[in-house]
Amino acid sequence: MTTSRETPRKTRPRTPGRGVPLALLAPALLGLAFLLVPLLALLVRAPWRSLPEQLTSPEVWQALRLSLFCATTATALSLVVGVPLAWLLARTDFPGRGLLRALVTLPLVLPPVVGGVALLLALGRNGVVGQWLDAWFGITLPFTTTGVILAETFVAMPFLVISVEGTLRATDPRYEEAATTLGASRFTAFRRVTLPLIAPGIAAGSVLAWARALGEFGATITFAGNFPGRTQTMPLAVYLALQNDPAAAIALSLVLLAVSIAVLAGLRDRWMRTV
Amino acid sequence: MTRSAHRPRRSRRIAGAGAVAVLALSACSAPGPDSSPGSATDGPTGTVTVFAAASLRESFTTLGERFEEEHPGTEVTFSFGGSDALAAGIDNGAPADVFAAASPRTMELVTDRGHAAGSPSTFVRNRLQIATVPGNPHGIDSLEDLTAPGLKVVLCDRTVPCGAAAQTALGAARIALTPASYEQDVKGALTKVELKEADAAVVYRTDVKAAGDKVEGVEFRESAEAVNDYPIALLDNAPNPSAAKAFVALVKSPEGRKVLGEAGFLRP
Repeated sequence: MTTSRETPRKTRPRTPGRGVPLALLAPALLGLAFLLVPLLALLVRAPWRSLPEQLTSPEVWQALRLSLFCATTATALSLVVGVPLAWLLARTDFPGRGLLRALVTLPLVLPPVVGGVALLLALGRNGVVGQWLDAWFGITLPFTTTGVILAETFVAMPFLVISVEGTLRATDPRYEEAATTLGASRFTAFRRVTLPLIAPGIAAGSVLAWARALGEFGATITFAGNFPGRTQTMPLAVYLALQNDPAAAIALSLVLLAVSIAVLAGLRDRWMRTV
Repeated sequence: MTRSAHRPRRSRRIAGAGAVAVLALSACSAPGPDSSPGSATDGPTGTVTVFAAASLRESFTTLGERFEEEHPGTEVTFSFGGSDALAAGIDNGAPADVFAAASPRTMELVTDRGHAAGSPSTFVRNRLQIATVPGNPHGIDSLEDLTAPGLKVVLCDRTVPCGAAAQTALGAARIALTPASYEQDVKGALTKVELKEADAAVVYRTDVKAAGDKVEGVEFRESAEAVNDYPIALLDNAPNPSAAKAFVALVKSPEGRKVLGEAGFLRP
């Protein structure tokens, strides 16, 4: 089915003398089909007739609202601490910086469930830090919405840090140096000169982090558990619905797909192209 | 398998693609060269793949080792998980020989779609218990004590048998309990108590026993209202039916009963 759909593309390259070699075209189309067919399947098998009913159920909205709130808050948290961290990694020189940089990016490659276990051991009620939070302030994080936000921040922040750090490295530090020689403090230079320069990188990093947070599953279910309205985000709802109500799982998946497409479409013209 | 059942099955098939990927990977052991039924002349050989409820982990692992000892040349691979997730996996074509579920309802998900060979039979029963942190510092003595303010209780999600049973017991006791979390299987609920993140969980007595001194079990009256039957069945598309049959026979044999009984399971 997919091959017949794509055959017209083979005749498409019009520029003479710039034909695409078959050895590249075939795997490229295979890759394209591999990425697109599952999404098409979601649309083909969607329970369109019962969809309005599925989507207007309070459970779906509850999960979606919680997901959007948590992902946005996690992105904001990542911005507050992640941008300074990226600056530290890009602009200062201290022993062990390479190692530190590697450690910061570790959550990128770490399975999220492992991140969830690590968070439990660190911030759980009985955790290394968590037991003091509980004893001194009476704060317990697992099974709370705050726990969801922290789990999402843990997996999403490295995306922001890497993106911002890359942009900082590509930016000429002499602008900042010029500002400081003209009397600005290093913080003022960062705020007035560096930040506007790296804004596109920050924006791209935020989108990546937000999308990662929105889709976060493993760390969330491990650290924050699953309770509707409090910690049950969309991905958790999809996973649990799949086991006894596949139609609901597809409906929920469509919502996430629509949100993702909306974000990509909305941001493409503004920010993505400049990066 | 029938044509009329084709359409709904296809939609489930797509929906459960993720579950299949996970389950197929966990059950991804190459069937031995003798896995075809005809070539098994003297005793079972090759790999048997068993999908079993999470609560069966300890006892079935023991039985798997016994089976491999008794039938050299065989290998038993397990996929333990929530019965509903396993049923969805089987429905989506995960290559399993045997399915042991923690409730007749989850077994029906498989038998109703014609994935079982023959009818399933109940091999054990299981009762709920409250698992508390060691020493029971909150003095939990009944189901009602779980509603105490500030107490963190986790339950299984109601799609999983242990969660459904817990809801039945709570309903019988007319207790409204708001847990901290609905966990995806019984071991997930138990782990939260073992890590002391939750004060108590409603799990099976077999899980409390398997956890040793990491949790303390508390019997409660209403557990009699929610006793789970565990059915076991051979699967229609079993890659290794002869060895699968032998494994089910071991589970139901006096030896199997002994291992399951020691784990705290009740006789059917």
